[in-house]
Parts: sequence; structure tokens; C-alpha cells
Amino acid sequence: MGRALQVTDVRARSSVSLVHRNGAGGVSHVRSGGWCAAWLCRRLHQWLLPLALLALVAPLRAGGFEDSIAQRMRACTGCHGENGRAEGNVYFPRIAGKPAGYLYNQLRNFRDGRRNYALMTGMLALLSDGYLQEIATHFSGLDLPYSPSAPMTLTAAQQTQAHTLVQQGDASRQIAACTECHGPALTGFAPHVPGLLGLPRDYINAQMGAWKTGQRHARAPDCMADIAKALRTDEVALISSWLSSQALPRDTHAVTRLPAPTGATKRPVCGSAPELAQGRP
Amino acid sequence: MKRRFGLWMLATVVVALGLGAWWFLFDPSPSISEAGPTDSVAALVERGAYLERGAYLARAGNCMACHTTQGGEPYAGGRAIETPFGTVYSSNLTPDRVNGIGNWTSVDFWRALHEGRAPDGRLLYPAFPYTSFTQVSQSDADALFAYLRSLPAVAQANRPHAMRWPYDSQLALAAWRTLYFKPTVFQNDPAHDAQWNRGAYLVRGLGHCSACHTSRNLLGAIDERLALAGGTIPMSNWYAPSLLKAAEAGLGQWEVADIVRLLGTGQASNASVAGPMAEVVLHGTQYLTQEDLRAMAVYLKGLPQESAQRDGGVAAPSAIGAGIYDDQCAQCHGQQGEGVPGAYPALAGNRAVLMRNTTNLVQMVLHGGFAPATRGNPRPFGMPPYQLVLDDKAVAAVLTHVRASWGNQAGAVSELEVSRYRARETR
Repeated sequence: MGRALQVTDVRARSSVSLVHRNGAGGVSHVRSGGWCAAWLCRRLHQWLLPLALLALVAPLRAGGFEDSIAQRMRACTGCHGENGRAEGNVYFPRIAGKPAGYLYNQLRNFRDGRRNYALMTGMLALLSDGYLQEIATHFSGLDLPYSPSAPMTLTAAQQTQAHTLVQQGDASRQIAACTECHGPALTGFAPHVPGLLGLPRDYINAQMGAWKTGQRHARAPDCMADIAKALRTDEVALISSWLSSQALPRDTHAVTRLPAPTGATKRPVCGSAPELAQGRP
Repeated sequence: MKRRFGLWMLATVVVALGLGAWWFLFDPSPSISEAGPTDSVAALVERGAYLERGAYLARAGNCMACHTTQGGEPYAGGRAIETPFGTVYSSNLTPDRVNGIGNWTSVDFWRALHEGRAPDGRLLYPAFPYTSFTQVSQSDADALFAYLRSLPAVAQANRPHAMRWPYDSQLALAAWRTLYFKPTVFQNDPAHDAQWNRGAYLVRGLGHCSACHTSRNLLGAIDERLALAGGTIPMSNWYAPSLLKAAEAGLGQWEVADIVRLLGTGQASNASVAGPMAEVVLHGTQYLTQEDLRAMAVYLKGLPQESAQRDGGVAAPSAIGAGIYDDQCAQCHGQQGEGVPGAYPALAGNRAVLMRNTTNLVQMVLHGGFAPATRGNPRPFGMPPYQLVLDDKAVAAVLTHVRASWGNQAGAVSELEVSRYRARETR
């Protein structure tokens, strides 16, 4: 039996005709006939199905207004879309499903000048802490599928180098492994540490660069600034390329507990994520 | 004998002129004969209520907006105020003894507000709008001072101003003040009732509304005869509309309750604040009492109004603009520009859309933004910024379309206008 179902010619007939496409590309008809022989049922079949379909489609077409946080956030999804957007040399990172504390920190960072992007600052300048908290919670709770990751372009040797940095860091320079704080599967650690997968390579480069040059700040002690400054730019390029090419795991949610610190590097102290010290919120 | 007498006369005249010039520029003593309270402010019995009054007045004057940097300590100063003559940096108003007002007396503070002079006699730049604050009563100034002195001291040094020559000299300031400033005391107008007078005192004094809502001459001064007749805010891409024209922001036809709601929450049934006015509401007027807001509303409503007339030509509807509107705008502003009350402003018949000056319209489309999150409207709706999606031609096309549709009859918006307004960041 085929999968695709088509509803055809509802209006003129006394019954709905269902057309099945079977696996061989052929078509077979199944008439639902009998129980709809009455006049009322005929009318229902003429009008009910199209109306039902219309009811599904109409709110989308009219952009149906609802007094909800989702409606209010259309000011944000206009650019950030469901999954972030990359167009030309402009990119809007994905915000759906990020840990709520992390999103709240970023909203305040933009509003208060610790992150510099005029469009974001302008959007947030007039909003209160309480509303920013609600916004962060809303986007954090969205469970939306990720777009496919970028194809891997690194050589095998480069992949090994990137993998080592991400999973083990570099003890000689006090650089902790990314997995130490961002979670074993790099999906983040609730509530303040974001996942690193599903982001465009250029976005990761831009943020690491901004930390290196002091354009982006997190609450002191700014652990990411220390790490970004310790890494060489070619290492940043390897890491960002590697991360942006990783497939997302089945469970993309941030973890709520971190395993005990492994390896020679200590878990850094972060002003924006004080619970890292405990490994749990 | 005669000669010596002549020499003595000459010397006396020279000394007198010198003293006069010195006094004119640098007189450190108060020019107000009325002696004000000294630091016996602290001796006042109901200090708590007094500080509350000072805090309230600080909201009325929106002092924090200029005297705080983005994300900085409140009232610690350091915010850059751009003027056509250079940049003025706001001062530290916390009671720090080295950098702030910790060593000031209440008379010092009063002279700053009323005369625009620092305690050492230096003339202050009128970027600090003492041209309005001069009308604040001494007792209000004392309460404000007591409140500022009660704040935690922040040891933040004041940034020196970066004014261009010749505007960076005290002589230039003295000349400007001779032409354009005279200390004034607010007088009640006996032809009006107490409520109107309270409104006049707030609007003309601490509210300093005319500082934005009036156009300035080449030397940056306001002609009081044109007060509140509208003006482009210097160095920004926002136009503060005229409160005397029904076609702009004139309130003659408004209900007092709607004016109170607009100033108190940022939204009324038919309007919403945007741009710098949204900041005024967020940090200032939303904290005023209903009584004071009503007084201001009565005063503003009573200003002489020029009736609505169609400004300028009428644009032809634009097909490209219509397409952009359907794609980008109709989901919120409606197919007929009807909007959603309380959420998305109607564009049909909206005087902010129809004004001859299109600066604010272009700003809204380029920058988007939310209404201010006030206590009366804590979860506002907002609009995305379109500057990355629409180029100048597209913005001009969609605005032209909006101004010529659904009964709207206003002139086209040109690509040149849009690119001029896009050229400068507003924050």
C-alpha cells in the first residue's frame, strides 16, 4: 500500500474518493461510499472537509493574533527565525532551546553594553529584567529540530587536533576542555552554559574573536575571555570548523549534571555560571 | 594735582571694569538675595519622606538618563552627550567627595540648577538644561539635593568635555548666556487654576520638555516663543513633534485620561511612544503621580493648537511598496493598516505616519523596537528591525505605500531621505 493520500473532487460527488498511490507507482481508488448516502452527509462532505482544511490554514494566512509571549516574540523571530538564519554575510544565531540562564545573561549583556551589537541593544534598551527573564524562559523552552550541520572540510589530521582541544584542552596553557563545562556531548549545562553545536562556523569565530579583542564581556571572572586569549587564532579556526560540522546528538537538551572534572585541567571559575564549581545547578 | 587726580580716576575706572568682568565671569557668591537653607537639611524631622520627595523629583527631571552610562552605576555620570559643538560628558552626582557632590552645599546645588554655575563659579554647558531647570523652586532643589546625597558614593572620575574651539572657553559660554539665558523663577499665572499651574511648573521646569520639543538656532539656543513647536533632536535622527499642531503631537483633541495613560504607561488607546520619548516615559514620567500627570495633561491640552491640515503633497500608491507591505508588515499591522489595539499601532489615519517630517517613520522601520516595559505595560509588543532586510529604496517604497493607502494622504518618502536618516546611529 502506498503512503501518499490525496483528497480529490470533494464537491460534486456524494462520497469522498480517496486515491492511494501504491508502492509500484500505480493508483487505486477506495470509495468510502455507503454510510454517507443521506442528504445531510452529502452536504457535510461537500463543505466540511474544505472548511476543516481552511480552519487549519486560515490562522497562518491571516497571521492570527494571540495575546501571548509567542506573539510578542515575533519582534525577535523576524530575524532569528526558528533555527537561526544565515543570509549573505549576516547571521542570526539560533536561540531556541538554549539554557534559560544563558539567554537571560546575553539579553542583559546586550542591553547593558557588555556585548556590542547596536541592533540588539536598540531592541532591548527599554525592557525590564523581569521581561527579559520571561523572554529567556520562553525561547529556552522551545523544542525545535536543528538544521543539518555543515559538511566537514578539515583533513583527518586537523580533525584529530581539533578533537583533542575540544575533549582534552591543553594543560600547559591552563585551557580546559570544552566538554568540561559545555557538557560531554557539547549540548550545554543548564542553566547558564550554552551548547556549542548547530552554530555557524563564522559565528563561533566572531565570538571567540570578540573575546580575544575585549569587545565581548561576560560577568567577571570572564572565563571565556581567558580561554579565547590563550588559544591561537589557527586553533580557534580549527575548533569552530570542527564544531559547526558535528552532527547533533539525539538528545540536544543541556545536561543538568556534569561528570567529575577529568584530565589535568581544572574547571575554570566563571562569573556567568557559578554552578560550574559544583557541577550541578 | 589735576593730573594725579586724573590718573587716580583712570585707575579706579580700570579696576572697576576689571572687577566687573571678573564678577561677570567668575562670581562665586550667590546672586540670589533670598538665603536658602544650608546643610541643616539634615535637621529636618521627616527625613524619610523628604528623601522620597527628592527621589520623585529626580524621576520628574529624568536626571538618571543623562547622568548614567549604559550599564553603569546610577548617577555616576560619564554619559557622552553629543552636540553640534563637541561632546559634553555628564558629571558624577553621587556624594563622592572627590568626584561627586560630596563637598557641595544645598546652595551650590541650587545655583547649578538655577544659574548654571558650578560651586567654583565655572559656567556650565547648557547641554545640562538649566535653561529649563532655572524654574525649579529652591525647596524642590533642596529635596533633590538631599536625595542625591543619600545615594551610595561612586568614585568615578568626571570625564573632561571634548568641545571644539571656540566653544570650549568660558568666554564663549558667557557670551551665549548673555544672549540666551536669564535665571528665572516660576510664577503662578493667576488666570489659571492650581492644577494648570502645577502642570506648567512640571512641563517648563523639571520636565524640560522644550529641550527636545523645540528647534534650536545655529548656536544651539531655544527661542522661548517657539517652545514646544517641535524640533529635530540635535545629533540624533529623531524628531520631537510639535505639541502645538494637531497634525503632529498636539493634544488639544485628546482626553486628559489618554494623555495621562500615554505618559504613565507608554501606551494610550490610539498611540504609543517610541525613540527618545520612550526613554522619557520609562525612566521618568511612569513614576509620576496620577495627579501630576493630570496637571501636565491639562497644561499641554490647553496649549494653543494649530488645526490639522494636510502637510505637503500626496504620494501615488506604489506597487513595489504594496508587495513589501504584504510580505513584511501586514501580519502585524493588518491588510488594511488597522493594526491590533494595544499591540500593533494602526497605520491608517495615524498622524505619526502622516507627518511631513518622516525621520521617525524611517527610524521605526530601520530599528524596530519594543514599547517601553513600564509598570502599566510590563510585557510590551515589539517590531523587528528591517535595516538588514530592506535597502533604502525598499524602505522608501513601503513607507510611500503606507502614506498613500487606506485613506492616508501624505507625501512620498524618497530614497535620499532614508539614506540620510540611516547614516547616523541613534544610540
